[in-house]
Amino acid sequence: MAQTTNERYRANPVRSKKRSWPFPLNIYQTAVGRKWVMALTGIGLIGFVVAHMVGNLHVYEGPARMHEYAESLRTLAGGIVPKGFILWLLRLGLILMFGLHLHSAITLRNFSGQSSNSATLVGGAKKYAGGRDHIAANYASRTMRWTGPIIALFLFYHLADLTWGWWLGDDFVPGDPYHNVSQSLASIPVAILYIVANIALALHIFHGAWSMFQSLGVNNPKYNHLRRGLATALAGIILVGNLSFPIFTQTGLINEDNRKCPASDVNVLECLAEQAEGH
Amino acid sequence: MNEITLDSKVPEGPISDKWENHKFSMNLVNPNNKRKFEIIVVGTGLAGASAAASLGELGYRVKAFTYHDTPRRAHSIAAQGGINGAKNYTNDGDSVHRLFYDTVKGGDFRSREANVHRLAEVSANIIDQATAQGVPFARDYGGLLDNRSFGGAQVSRTFYARGQTGQQLLIGAYSALMRQVGAGSVELHTRSELLDVVTKDGQACGIVVRDLLSGEVTSHSAHAVVLATGGYGNVYFLSTNAMMCNVTAAWRAHRKGAFFANPCYTQIHPTCIPASDDFQSKLTLMSESLRNDGRIWVPNNEGESRSAAEIPESERDYYLERKYPAFGNLVPRDVASRNAKTVVDEGRGVGPLANGVYLDFSAAIERDGLDTISAKYGNLFDMYQRITGENPYQTPMRIYPAIHYTMGGLWVDYHLMTTVPGLYSIGESNFSDHGANRLGASALMQGLADGYFVLPYTIGDGLAGRLGEPVVPTSDPVFTEAVAAIESDTQRWLATNGTKSVDYYHRELGRIVWDNIGMERNKAGLEQTLSDIPALREDFLKNVRVPGSANTLNQSLEKAGRVDDFFELAELMARDALTRDESCGGHFRVEYQTPEGEAQRDDENFAHVAAWEWNGRGNAQTRHREELTFDNVALSQRSYK
Amino acid sequence: MSTNNGETINVTVKVWRQDGPSDKGHFETYEQPVTTDASFLEMLDLLNESLNEQGGEPIVFESDCREGICGTCGVMINGRAHGPQKATATCQLHMREFKDGDEIVVEPFRAAGFPVIRDLAVDRSPLDRIIEAGGYISVNTGAASDANLTPVPKDAADKAFDAAACIGCGACVAACPNSAAQLFTSAKIGHLALLPQGQAERWSRTENMVEVMEEFFGSCTNHGECHEACPKEISLDFIAFMNRDYVKAKVKNRALSGQA
Repeated sequence: MAQTTNERYRANPVRSKKRSWPFPLNIYQTAVGRKWVMALTGIGLIGFVVAHMVGNLHVYEGPARMHEYAESLRTLAGGIVPKGFILWLLRLGLILMFGLHLHSAITLRNFSGQSSNSATLVGGAKKYAGGRDHIAANYASRTMRWTGPIIALFLFYHLADLTWGWWLGDDFVPGDPYHNVSQSLASIPVAILYIVANIALALHIFHGAWSMFQSLGVNNPKYNHLRRGLATALAGIILVGNLSFPIFTQTGLINEDNRKCPASDVNVLECLAEQAEGH
Repeated sequence: MNEITLDSKVPEGPISDKWENHKFSMNLVNPNNKRKFEIIVVGTGLAGASAAASLGELGYRVKAFTYHDTPRRAHSIAAQGGINGAKNYTNDGDSVHRLFYDTVKGGDFRSREANVHRLAEVSANIIDQATAQGVPFARDYGGLLDNRSFGGAQVSRTFYARGQTGQQLLIGAYSALMRQVGAGSVELHTRSELLDVVTKDGQACGIVVRDLLSGEVTSHSAHAVVLATGGYGNVYFLSTNAMMCNVTAAWRAHRKGAFFANPCYTQIHPTCIPASDDFQSKLTLMSESLRNDGRIWVPNNEGESRSAAEIPESERDYYLERKYPAFGNLVPRDVASRNAKTVVDEGRGVGPLANGVYLDFSAAIERDGLDTISAKYGNLFDMYQRITGENPYQTPMRIYPAIHYTMGGLWVDYHLMTTVPGLYSIGESNFSDHGANRLGASALMQGLADGYFVLPYTIGDGLAGRLGEPVVPTSDPVFTEAVAAIESDTQRWLATNGTKSVDYYHRELGRIVWDNIGMERNKAGLEQTLSDIPALREDFLKNVRVPGSANTLNQSLEKAGRVDDFFELAELMARDALTRDESCGGHFRVEYQTPEGEAQRDDENFAHVAAWEWNGRGNAQTRHREELTFDNVALSQRSYK
Repeated sequence: MSTNNGETINVTVKVWRQDGPSDKGHFETYEQPVTTDASFLEMLDLLNESLNEQGGEPIVFESDCREGICGTCGVMINGRAHGPQKATATCQLHMREFKDGDEIVVEPFRAAGFPVIRDLAVDRSPLDRIIEAGGYISVNTGAASDANLTPVPKDAADKAFDAAACIGCGACVAACPNSAAQLFTSAKIGHLALLPQGQAERWSRTENMVEVMEEFFGSCTNHGECHEACPKEISLDFIAFMNRDYVKAKVKNRALSGQA
């Protein structure tokens, strides 16, 4: 390094450079690399959200088709690998992506916090006494750090609700998602919770889907103007699709009034399978 | 009076071979020995940064000093127009000799031929060097470099980077410097202001600087000291120079024995935005290219109170077109400036303070259309509007001349060495290449020529014989005494405890200098100035108030020392202007003009450089002469009728 | 004859005063009449002049060229870096942007990488460190070939200029909620990476500069505040460009691509 006698006046690094990890882990050591990981996992997670939403549209085809869809996920590549194997692989992938997305978000937030620590810190964000007119930053970009945790907490609730059946208790029927969904979302507080969480998700995606182009450096003046539109459309479709479930349950479109295989039946799953086959 | 002969050390031989032959005849320092020499470079503008970087690359141990927080702030950054280079890419007949010829003639035959020729020779290398550094010069559609003509030159030899050529060249030099800082060959001292040049046995051996943040005064020794500290235009208070530009480094060198040459050669730029009130801090220059399409006029009547639009065509005086039908609004800078002063002095100035002339684009907009004018000058119009709040597409611009460059400076020989052995001066801080008037787009060229291609050669010649010689330790009395003197100066400023601010005195001094040593000078005014300045200075020393303390960032204290030096410089400028009984370039004595009102040179008696020797405080400096000979360019009289 | 409307307004200036790096600092409030033709910094000059007359210490703020090109000036004005006018450095801001009776809050640029020196002056030397890490093309004086030997497509040269226009004022860092220096760093990387001259060191330059940047500054979350604050309106596209080049630099086989 340069020797400078007035080194004492040159601002000191906020953090020192750590020993480099072996490739490719070293990419994750830097903020730019970490943002890159965040963007890639973001793409994966958006892909999941879209697939999840599209798959769930089967609910509008009735309990049997919904059961068939759920079953088809478990039997992916069936025959070659044990039942549920691929689903678990996908789940592991999702957990990994989610973990990386979360870890990078938290560590980068701290990273930026350190870089602003001499500033007047209010609520963890850099503030000026003269107020801050956010000129470019929009509501979605500024609230990423709030919509993120909301989504994570909701995810936990959602898994407990419809995968593990914690709150439905005895009323939870593994393998009959139609029943579980209509039971859960029939409650007004739960429906509101789903609506709020999905709005947060849409906001998160609205900024994230635009931001990832920047983070990955996918940039071409020829199509840059489309990025905002794409993010809006993506967020919009996911919002509409996901909000339809609680709303339609509340309005009665999704209900169990006309079920052929009652959920209370012990043989409900066989009944559903038969019904789907005969379709 | 002229017992000392100033040896310019210009090599023998035909003008075009001098530099080439001299490069061979100079002594060299072996590459492995270069690291045994320490060199101090003060100032990191175009000249200083390029010199420090080049010397570092060669292997010398360099210490670079700047009072800015980073080298990239130097005022070279504000140059807009471009940089000349004798490349002849445009195939319009340019050559080294033509650039040399134009520069000598443009300098009104008051520069040293050999230096100017060398400048023209290396000009092409500068363009190569800057391009290789990534300076984004303007290019044509084939991807090759574009040129434009500038400052009345008859060939297109000016390379430019939009209106920010100075910025881009400085960033190029700065990045080269930072590369050497990173490599450890240059030690960079930011926020350090030179307060004294130290000599021992007549040889420059180091400098004393004040750390602007802690106030600590430290000594630094070296085998050679290079001053690249810019010009002294801020003596006028209002100038286009940056707020911090000052003469202190050059002046303190002068007080240590370096002769100061031609201080009265100052250049006025005709198209600046006039001051809007009494506390205006600086003036903003707008590219001279505006005169290509704008028409300059003032009302016929004194004390006109109508707005520009209300004044009918018949009551407007397009005075440049009237007086100079051939050149019209495109007369050279000095002519345009003096005529503006004349009409404003007649009481026909425009604007709230009646201190400007109109530069009117309505005819051009009518002729070429709004879009064409906006494409050409849009950014300048925007800048004007930002500063004045007026829309130049609708109302005429108001302009007035301002100081923007100083041709005078420390006297240097062909090696760019001052009269103090081991002390060099490069860029605007020396006097060498522009004579009495600088051509447009030549300041950037000279700064970089000195720093990249001249000093790195000539400094080696001076050092070669001194191998093994240790630097003078900073514990030597020459250093400790200098430090003590500065510290006592500082205490004196802080203890004065008067009532008026440093800026007040600076503004008052500037007013005197502008009125009497500005665009026009006359004997009576200069003599008056020689008594006014010392009187004001006395008041300054008694009644200035410098608040704060010595050991913090104290901007008033910094300014106090600088303004004090300006007082002494202003006096010398007056004396120099008074003794130069002729008009030439930027120096216009009303007593010496042609019947047409042009500068009347007196080649018989004044074809020389006036170099002033310091005789201690309170004594007038001694004037020495370096005779100038013109073997390659015939002396002629300018005419723009 | 008066063509401009130099009316006098009274403003209340709330200024951050801090004696030194270790002082806690506080706001002081001053009243200042000023004509609307004055620049913002001239208003501060006037305020300092009256502080001096009253025996106080002037407010320390930095400025030099006052033409918007040197990058020395820069303060937060009502929470915006360089104040309310777009594409304008503090020194080019004029008082006609304000109204009579306005309160103007003036604060230093804030970031951990920009420690306050005194009042409104901050230390922006980390930006130099980033340049020192690779913001150059390694060409020794004299080693350059003829300038026209390497044609540069006009579009690339123009784009490189857009990036090179950066004045190094640090407003991007100040405006950034994360105190990230992405716009500054990417402007330099973009400038050099777009030119053929800059190719040889392209990857090592990007890698080194980004890593030094991260020693001082935060992580970019693509808000775009930096671009809005930038007096030269440098595009966010350069940030994307840098991000891509950085990951490429990490992955690339440089020896076999003929680049460092």
